[in-house]
Amino acid sequence: MKDQVQKILEIADDELILGWRNSEWTGIAPLLEEDVAFSSRELGTTADELAFDRQPDEYRCSTLVQLRLVPDWARTIARHCVYERSDQARIEALKQSEDAEVAGLAAKIDREEAYHRMHAEMWSERLKDEPRFSAALEELEPLFDVRDEHVPEFAALWEEMTMVRRSVAGATW
Amino acid sequence: MVTEQQVWDALAEIPDPEIPVISLVDLGVIRSVDVSRDQVRVEFTPTFLGCPALEVMRDAMAERIAALGVQPDVQVISDDSWSTDRITPAGREKLRASGFAPPALRELGGPKLVQLQSNAFRCPYCGSQDTALENIFGPTPCRSVRYCRSCRQPFEQFKTI
Repeated sequence: MKDQVQKILEIADDELILGWRNSEWTGIAPLLEEDVAFSSRELGTTADELAFDRQPDEYRCSTLVQLRLVPDWARTIARHCVYERSDQARIEALKQSEDAEVAGLAAKIDREEAYHRMHAEMWSERLKDEPRFSAALEELEPLFDVRDEHVPEFAALWEEMTMVRRSVAGATW
Repeated sequence: MVTEQQVWDALAEIPDPEIPVISLVDLGVIRSVDVSRDQVRVEFTPTFLGCPALEVMRDAMAERIAALGVQPDVQVISDDSWSTDRITPAGREKLRASGFAPPALRELGGPKLVQLQSNAFRCPYCGSQDTALENIFGPTPCRSVRYCRSCRQPFEQFKTI
């Protein structure tokens, strides 16, 4: 059970931080439409206390999602592909959980994630012959399971992400 | 004493906060209504987990039920029981009439990119199937943007979830 809670926290932190990194493309994505897509795919309300009231070392997110890849689109899409593949595997595992509530939530998440995977698939089809993209896939592939410590640029992300909550305790928006 | 039908009728008057042309009943998010003496229990299944309108919908239901003179008990059920297949035929027609192409029925194994890129989707304005995927994520995560080559009108396509 403890393992499962840990696993779910990892997923939540990965999605939160990846969402942050993807929204850094707002305004500068290669297509105006992609601007909207890449930011809106991560939309959603989160539990604010869990998302914004923790200290940096309490975040369990993978190294993969912490990297600041703007303005490198090939590496960003490579991360997207690596992430969606590994994310699918762990959600599949949670769908088999003996805990009906966990299994139900995982199945619901999976319905929505299907579109994130299709988005990755679409771009990977387009970039597949680009050497920078293939090199980035190779570079990023091993990072999904690395969660021991944060990369240096995570500090700045945390500062910015938690700024409002830290300046106004309990703030919601 | 309030009847179950009265509760359904009251809930059918609550518009979806994002797409007010359809009601929560049309959307299929109300799984059950259970009337006991002075209390009404409603099971509500949100469409998307991170739906920002969730609290607005829950409060609106509680308010309508309270207006019937009974105590509301709105339970949010976060399992896998809602899919776009639960949108009622009336709801689909209301969507289409407002320029939102209703979601295709869910196929075994869920939606695939090849289907999205095919021209199996019909333009809500002119009915043509000569439409193309423009953007998989539209103004909200539940919609994508397509373009009709026949009447040259972009439109929003509900995703099959």
